[in-house]
Amino acid sequence: MIKLNPKTLLLHLVLIIFALIILGPMVYTFLTSLKLFRDIISGSWTFEPTWRNYEQLFMSDRSNFTDLTRNSLIVGLLSLLVVQAIAALGAYSMSRFRWRRLVGSLVMGWLLFINMLPPIIFVGPFFIIARTLGFYDTPLAITMAHAIMNLPLAFWMLHSFFADIPVELEEAAAIDGCSRLQTFLRIALPIAKPGIAATSVLVFVFSWKEFLFALTLSSTPKAMTIPVGIAAFAQEWNIRYGEMAAAAFFATIPALLLVFIAQKHIVKGMTLGALKG
Amino acid sequence: MATTALRRSGTGQRRLGTFLDQNFKYWALLPTLLFMAVLTLYPVGQLLRLSLSDAQFIKGKLVWSYVGLDHFTTLSHDPVVPDALRNTLVFVAASVIIEGVLGLLLAVLVSRVRRFAWFYRSVFMIPLLIPPIAISAMWRLMYDYNYGIINQILIELGATRPPLWTADPDLALASVVIVDVWHWTSFLFLIMLAGVESLPHELGEAARVDGASEIQVYRRIFLPLLRPTIIVALMLRTILAFKVFDQIFLLTGGGPGTSSEVISLYVYKVFFVQGRMGYGALLALITALIMSVFVVAYQWLNSYVNKTR
Repeated sequence: MIKLNPKTLLLHLVLIIFALIILGPMVYTFLTSLKLFRDIISGSWTFEPTWRNYEQLFMSDRSNFTDLTRNSLIVGLLSLLVVQAIAALGAYSMSRFRWRRLVGSLVMGWLLFINMLPPIIFVGPFFIIARTLGFYDTPLAITMAHAIMNLPLAFWMLHSFFADIPVELEEAAAIDGCSRLQTFLRIALPIAKPGIAATSVLVFVFSWKEFLFALTLSSTPKAMTIPVGIAAFAQEWNIRYGEMAAAAFFATIPALLLVFIAQKHIVKGMTLGALKG
Repeated sequence: MATTALRRSGTGQRRLGTFLDQNFKYWALLPTLLFMAVLTLYPVGQLLRLSLSDAQFIKGKLVWSYVGLDHFTTLSHDPVVPDALRNTLVFVAASVIIEGVLGLLLAVLVSRVRRFAWFYRSVFMIPLLIPPIAISAMWRLMYDYNYGIINQILIELGATRPPLWTADPDLALASVVIVDVWHWTSFLFLIMLAGVESLPHELGEAARVDGASEIQVYRRIFLPLLRPTIIVALMLRTILAFKVFDQIFLLTGGGPGTSSEVISLYVYKVFFVQGRMGYGALLALITALIMSVFVVAYQWLNSYVNKTR
């Protein structure tokens, strides 16, 4: 029972054009990644698709992209663990216990504040800290930077998740003799699991995306992450377009998956501080 | 003897347990505070000290030498800084205005469709989740003078001398703004959509019954109601736009010349490419100061708007 209202049709037409503008560059990149170099420079609209560029990227001896993918995964997962451990405890304490208003707004405000400052401010000092402590050019250095970068997001999101849990369950646990730590671990944490999962996914993606810290805290494939590798492609004298396209498309895959898994939470995380609750 | 000692240590442990339990809220927050102190307060202290010094790594050790206000003198003679400041402001203003208009338009449009709203919402969300470097690589391919699709289409349409895009000093910054609009319009769309969806639609209905046209409903009723959301969203986006680094790093590298140089990129170049850590720290510190004013103003504005909402 589709009514063909011309106004609605026009509306959809405009929206579809916008959707195509968004999808176009990704489709173009994907198509380019399936082209041989001669098809890229010939400029013809038809070509024979091939997985050569992806093979070059992941299998060739000259390519270090497997290392970079490994580093991206290590940094993402490690920073995720660090951030969640710190933020879950802190956010639980902040949302469940009485704090002076001043303490509350100082902690939450400071977190929001550093979230909004340009990361370039911290790049220099982080570089110095990493060099001085001797872990420059290791995934650990990038993990440290990503952990502090994502702490505000995780803290704010978990804070709102804990605040949504009815307090009665925890009171019952306390009456049954649970300590506060046990109550946190056995009652609050399991209930907040969906929220923690959503936060984790976002923290991982933000780490996966991040370029500036990864660039300044690494210098060899020992620690470089995927974005640093993509940037290196673009800086070569003879850009290997096909492989660059393959790398860029590969890097977008988590985003594409995520849009369908955790849509609602993404909005919350993306617009941190702009929307209430 | 042994049993009393044992009992005493037992109660000691219990007392420690109770003590820890009663102060749970303090030590649960402690890691957050420590982490923030070490990785945000300490770095700011480092910047302060660096901005008055020259520092170099010699055999893996940082060697400091105090230079007083020398870096301020350098700053006053640095011809790149005014360019970078101007470009940053132009970039931020152009991006935020275009993204704001488009974001609001898309939010209104999507709020009016019933079918496929979830599809549009999903698609418009994608750019926010892609690594900015990957986005830049995509546009690098499309802008390419010889092989890129944009010039390919322009030539098909009859252009004889297609633009150089990122390699043209007059177009470099605009090219980056286009990429930024593609990347960030979604952000304003999401915030504004939340605003549009919480509008009291009965009010619009009532106005329509009284004979108001559709445009009048939006202009006279909805726009004033949306104003707080729009102001907060634009302000937030302005703050975030100042972070721009990745796209410019990859697409233009700040060039040609300094035609698309921005603050973040310049700080990076001074600190890491030229190795002038002291001067770089001063520039970073000034950036931090300017942005702090913006952020504090935003937080004040946001809480004010939330109170009156």
